[in-house]
Amino acid sequence: MIGGALVVLAIAVGLVLNALRDSIVFFSTPQMVAEKQIPAGKRFRLGGLVEPGSLVRGDHLAVTFKISDGSNTLPVAYKGILPDLFREGQGVVAEGALDNAGVFKADTVLAKHDETYMPKEVADALKKQGHWKDDYEKAGKKPADEPRPMQGASR
Amino acid sequence: MIAEIGHYALVLALALALVQSTVPMVGARLHDPVLMNVARSTALAQLLFVGLSFLALVLLYVTSDFSVANVYENSHSLKPLIYKITGVWGNHEGSMLLWVSILALFGGLVAIFGRNLPLTLRANALAVQGWVATAFYLFILLTSNPFLRLANPPMEGRDLNPVLQDPGLAIHPPMLYLGYVGFSISFSFAIAALIEGRIDAAWARWVRPWTLVAWMFLTLGIAMGSYWAYYELGWGGWWFWDPVENASLMPWLAGTALLHSAVVMEKRNALKVWTVLLAILTFSLSLLGTFLVRSGVLTSVHAFATDPTRGVFILMILCIFIGGSLSLYAWRASSLKQGGLFAPISREGALVLNNLLLTTACATVFIGTLYPLGLEVLTGERISVGAPFFNLTFAPLFVPLLLALPFGPLLAWKRGDLLGAAQRLYAAGITALVAVAVLWAWVRGGSAFAPLAIGLAVFVIVGSLTDIAERSMLFRMPLGIALRRARGLPRAAWGTMFAHLGVGAALIGIVCESTWNTELISTLKPGDVAKIAGYELKLDDLGQRQGPNFGEMVARFTVSESGKVIGTMTPSKRSFAARAMSTTEAALLSRGFSQLYISLGDTAASGAIAVRIYHKPMVLLIWLGPLLMAFGGLLSLSDRRLRVGAPKPARAARALQAAE
Repeated sequence: MIGGALVVLAIAVGLVLNALRDSIVFFSTPQMVAEKQIPAGKRFRLGGLVEPGSLVRGDHLAVTFKISDGSNTLPVAYKGILPDLFREGQGVVAEGALDNAGVFKADTVLAKHDETYMPKEVADALKKQGHWKDDYEKAGKKPADEPRPMQGASR
Repeated sequence: MIAEIGHYALVLALALALVQSTVPMVGARLHDPVLMNVARSTALAQLLFVGLSFLALVLLYVTSDFSVANVYENSHSLKPLIYKITGVWGNHEGSMLLWVSILALFGGLVAIFGRNLPLTLRANALAVQGWVATAFYLFILLTSNPFLRLANPPMEGRDLNPVLQDPGLAIHPPMLYLGYVGFSISFSFAIAALIEGRIDAAWARWVRPWTLVAWMFLTLGIAMGSYWAYYELGWGGWWFWDPVENASLMPWLAGTALLHSAVVMEKRNALKVWTVLLAILTFSLSLLGTFLVRSGVLTSVHAFATDPTRGVFILMILCIFIGGSLSLYAWRASSLKQGGLFAPISREGALVLNNLLLTTACATVFIGTLYPLGLEVLTGERISVGAPFFNLTFAPLFVPLLLALPFGPLLAWKRGDLLGAAQRLYAAGITALVAVAVLWAWVRGGSAFAPLAIGLAVFVIVGSLTDIAERSMLFRMPLGIALRRARGLPRAAWGTMFAHLGVGAALIGIVCESTWNTELISTLKPGDVAKIAGYELKLDDLGQRQGPNFGEMVARFTVSESGKVIGTMTPSKRSFAARAMSTTEAALLSRGFSQLYISLGDTAASGAIAVRIYHKPMVLLIWLGPLLMAFGGLLSLSDRRLRVGAPKPARAARALQAAE
């Protein structure tokens, strides 16, 4: 019986290692893309801010926009319906691959964050590159004239 | 005033929890029944005060008292009453209060129904509950107090996140927490058993009903969450392998294993050490789930909380409880006597295989969920582990599990007859092969995967029916006698059947939906017709409508099948002024177990609107499966052999079982 258990565990370890090699997706920002020379066709997640004014809607639900991290920008092409939370000037994560022309062809656009914060990867990446400003943090928040939560909170 | 009462009641509950976590344990050491009985009264009093505290928060929400920070941030005076109430747990502080309320509820239930438990076991178990409660009361009071006041009360609240303004919020979190927290009972009993150094079959009989209750609620909670995501997020997906979903799946897998190993322990007095370990692991995974969701450590829809002090606090709770319980286990487990030998081919052996595969599957989910975190800490590289990983690891482990599933109930305890079981499963095997052949012919040349997977599901379904048919001697005795025998079967046998049936049903739904799902994305103008899977959907008009705290754009579709109108669908897009957010309200139309699904996108300048239309075959089976599983759990729970805290000998019931 212990032998059987070991066999199952060995198979499971094999499956996990195999899957980890083939099916994980790395996260990059436009600057990392520029530095790393990611080959066309390799899938990754691209995160950053949607550059204001870059969103262009074409025919048949095709859209293009640019993702920026403050130092570099990368054009993104997507076909489909953008999520409710997609806005210019706000954080976004897209999954897909570069084509030969250097355009990021996204097949998924994620906006899995609510309005009060940015996708965590994006926030961290921007902080690391020193482009983190309070503006970004506030961009998703309420107008400044509203009382901020917890201010003057009494215990 | 109400906020202060709520706050004060919570502090009192903390004081009671401190008493409950020490006094009964001292009593158990000194064999002092008076001290031990303190556990009962404190557990009940704790329930009273936490209940009061929770009620206070509900009242604050209902009366829209915006001088309380938590209400201001998550409520709005125009919000419908139901969302004012459910908004209580639609945020971090309130949901933690719900967590401790449910913990106190379970503590109170043990105090009430645990009359015939051995006094020391009850005292120790309730003391462990007291520790858990203390940790979480401190967490709430120190880092996430829902009763904090604002110095300058605003006139209007900021409204609840619109995605959460849905009946799903009324059901999903309470169910999920009933599951998570319910496993604290088996944890407390396991720790109590380790402290006493004594554990027997009666222990399993007391623990099993509690585990079953928790498991049922967790099953329903996960299924409800999945259905909610399906219709609310507007992409028609029902499971994303999102870390937050995995956080609830892991305790479910471990809990399912625990449920099965407790059977072995109760009937055969075997696998004691393993069962205790599973009880600890299951609740540890529940705590881990709470940590993952509540600390905001992961990027996810659910992680509203992004405050590091909270994360560190929960991490400490996690380390103390998981580390402490596992150390205690390592130290004391050898004192638990092993008993009940069995051959590898036996009911016990089958249940061991079940446990092995379930826990391994759980481990793969664990790795897939935590590997990105670990990698980021070590190398700073960010990766995401998504569906492909889990399809390659989790799914292959479920194949042998499902193949072996119908054999389990047909094998005898102690030493089984694999050949005999296989013979009895002839019919199931043949039905499954016929299903594979028919489907293969029908899809012609498509991938072989779907017919095979459905064949497996059919095998599971017919296999679980076979068990009941065999036991009632259907087809071998006159129908009347067989029916009478079937009625006489223990309810637990019927429960097993329904639960296993649910597994097969869910698998069929999952395979059909993911293989034959059709999607159509296009832009439509009023009067346009979209065709999908034999249905014609005509966009009649676009209109505006005003809700209580939102405005919405509604599209009206007339759906017809071969020229006959079968219904209308009205998907809409709501915009909530208070948070400047919009949500997509998908429209669903069920045809049998299949569904048509429409969600709206943006409007173009020309007046056309982007729509996403899906036809999802057999999709309802995905959630019908878990419903059947939970129903099976309920039937088992109503079995008198399992009646909560009634350790009666099972002799009378066993006489009714078919001789095997």
